[in-house]
Amino acid sequence: MKLNPNEKLDIKNILQDLDKYRPRRRGWTWRKGTGQKRQIGDFEYYDTAENLEQSEPLPGGHFFNSIDPQPENVITTEIASGRFEDDIRRMRMAAWHGADHLMVIRTAGQSHFDGLIEGTPQGIGGIPITRKQVRAQRKALDMIEDEVGRPINYHSYVSGVAGPEIAVMFAEEGVNGAHQDPQYNVLYRNINMIRSFVDAANAKNVMAWADMAQIDGAHNANATAMKAWKVMPELMVQHGLNSIFSVKCGMKKENICLSSVPPTAPPAPCMRLDLPYAVALREVFKDYKIRAQQNTKYMGSSTREATVTHVLNLLISKLTRAEIQSTITPDEGRNVPWHIYNIEGTTTAKQALNGMDGLKEMVQIRRNHGELADKVRELKERAVLFLEEMIEVGGYFKAVEEGFFVDSGMYPERNGDGIARKIDGGIGVGTVFERDEDYMAPVTAFFGYNNVAQYDENAVNNPSSLIGGCTFEDPDKIVYIDELDENDNVNVRMEETKELRETSNIKPEMEWMGDGIVQTTMFLPVDERTAEFAAIEVGKKMGLEDVEVIHKEVLQAAEGTRVEIKGKVPFVIDVDKLVIPPKPEIMSDDEIRADIEKKPMKIVAGTVGEDEHSVGLREIIDIKHGGIEKYGIECHYLGTSVPLEKLVDAAIEINADAILASTIISHDDVHYKNMKRLHELCVEKGIRDKIMIAAGGTQVSNELAVENGVDAGFGRGTKGVNVATFLVKKRSEMNNEN
Amino acid sequence: MKRADDFQTRRQHLKDLTEEQLEARFWELAEKAVDPMIELAKKNTTPSIERSVLIRMGFSSLEAKGIVEGVMNRGLMGKGAGHVVYRLAKEKNMEIREVGLMLLDEELWDDAVDIFKGGDK
Repeated sequence: MKLNPNEKLDIKNILQDLDKYRPRRRGWTWRKGTGQKRQIGDFEYYDTAENLEQSEPLPGGHFFNSIDPQPENVITTEIASGRFEDDIRRMRMAAWHGADHLMVIRTAGQSHFDGLIEGTPQGIGGIPITRKQVRAQRKALDMIEDEVGRPINYHSYVSGVAGPEIAVMFAEEGVNGAHQDPQYNVLYRNINMIRSFVDAANAKNVMAWADMAQIDGAHNANATAMKAWKVMPELMVQHGLNSIFSVKCGMKKENICLSSVPPTAPPAPCMRLDLPYAVALREVFKDYKIRAQQNTKYMGSSTREATVTHVLNLLISKLTRAEIQSTITPDEGRNVPWHIYNIEGTTTAKQALNGMDGLKEMVQIRRNHGELADKVRELKERAVLFLEEMIEVGGYFKAVEEGFFVDSGMYPERNGDGIARKIDGGIGVGTVFERDEDYMAPVTAFFGYNNVAQYDENAVNNPSSLIGGCTFEDPDKIVYIDELDENDNVNVRMEETKELRETSNIKPEMEWMGDGIVQTTMFLPVDERTAEFAAIEVGKKMGLEDVEVIHKEVLQAAEGTRVEIKGKVPFVIDVDKLVIPPKPEIMSDDEIRADIEKKPMKIVAGTVGEDEHSVGLREIIDIKHGGIEKYGIECHYLGTSVPLEKLVDAAIEINADAILASTIISHDDVHYKNMKRLHELCVEKGIRDKIMIAAGGTQVSNELAVENGVDAGFGRGTKGVNVATFLVKKRSEMNNEN
Repeated sequence: MKRADDFQTRRQHLKDLTEEQLEARFWELAEKAVDPMIELAKKNTTPSIERSVLIRMGFSSLEAKGIVEGVMNRGLMGKGAGHVVYRLAKEKNMEIREVGLMLLDEELWDDAVDIFKGGDK
């Protein structure tokens, strides 16, 4: 099925015939066309990949002929609102903005679920990962990748007490990448350590067979440690253990990606702390890939602050390397990520990487002397010392028992506050069974001892030949379960939002179709605590329901506070009933020029009132900015802070066809008052029926301008051609009337 | 454990190594640390591994769960849940799925126990 850019994804269509869907490929895909210079628009780029066929450029792209250069890094966004059917729409939006690694977070508690979840229940803080959900999203991504013209990697998690089964399901369903790190289970999910490693080896072997990219879980130490910059030696150890363990389970080094986070963030002098770490890590792990994650440890509810940290982190990626550039939604510190912030995070990565294209041609890290060189060496030594002591105490399990990990001291310093787990404790303890001599598993991608030879010597390298192939060879053997819960599934949810999907009614949304959530930013001239409660009242009086403060920032203790609130609107808007004025028509340059040639036109222009802004009006007039002079219109520019009377007198003196008044300052509606006065002056002087008046400025709306007596108002984004079109049409209208 | 940063004294044996040698040492130690876990993984199995085998043999996740529970209850995990199903199918000349569904109906288990306990070394 081909998508049309102007048509919504049909979720029902995606859900149809899912039982017959087969993934079109397995394995991870890197961006194509990297490592070469590329001319895009006016510029030569050094670090880009192939362009997309269809995409949404950066907001500033329109200044540059809407080019949309694609950095060479794969860009990740994590999408999981709790309803996978709504996430599919967000995935499409993210793909249009340049994301090609779509990661799905699991619902709270799935890592302790003993087995696969089936059907499409709603999740909390993520989605229940099930075969049906994975299949629907992979099917949708097939269509979306065709639409944008670049393969999209689909990714989730292989952890918890059902790792091997999830890995098998992912391999069957064409999932392209996954998190897998037994240390994560042990340290953060309190799953028994032996169980974790035994499961992990099997899961990794399956992932290797499916050529999936693996991301480890070391970044969690960073997010958990009290002082994240102190765990740098340990982070290297965690990366090292998972990496070499994965290699020994059959994974290719180039499919193993370290999940690396710059450990700290401003106001810490983060570049000086984070950069040596980034260099040391990339050197020790030169054969492996880097997945650069953003620092979340020091992320609060300010989306602006999170974005600045993200950009600093991107600078580190650029100065070192990051094959996968992850993005965190800047609202993660305050709610489950919203549509708009997935796009913001993705766009931040693209924008920063576009801006830093080719930076290393000019800027180099001082690798071999000074503070950075010393720090890099020190980190490597501390990591080696950590490993030495681990071996000395009796190995990894013993080290975990003794609380080696996530201690807040910079190794070898120890503060005794690490996470300790018992080898005979944790979830799943006692569920590891020794394989007997005749143990056997007749399937592909099976790790470890497997006595296939007892049945057929020839099947040793191909155990599934004993059963005529397993699901990996014959996908028709896969048993697809549709739904298990008749009250908690996608069909029920879709029915609830049917009105919004199938009629012309819409509601604002942030997470889910029809959630009705909006956010509002305000400044309140009171202290922080008062502002918080006042803001909730403001929200209620605006008609919002379930009002919550999501961010506040003191501007000055007594003078006031910035507050952001969210709430729900209880109504729908019927878009069919909207009165939408037609888009302003634009005449072609040739048509305008021909009209002016036939009958010359003169205008007077100036910024009126006590207003020194000149840029906007110059752009409308000046030939070098594509202004109206280029059509042969004779322009008399009187400058800034021009009294209204002077403008009218000048118009009379040169017998102008039109007055163009620029009015940027809008305090107390002075811009509209000036328009009204201008109109009245022209009436008083008896020229109003012969002269056209247009007013422009960033805060000007056409409707209000016309209400205030002028013929047209031009707001933000106006170009010379818009004004020229108006002048030509209006003059023709006036001539016809006369 | 609490300990002050004794990096300077601890690093004495590393201070003359080149960074390449340090990196080599890092990997040598990392390998040493994971080798016992690799051995454990090769020699052991878990309910999740066994379910993953049955799923690959053409069972649903729910069926796999039920069969593995039966295998555990009868002390046959050391043989492999997939193996139990495979062997029964072979002995009874039945299809793999047919055997699995019968096991879920609490049938054939006695045969399974007989076959494997009898051959237990």
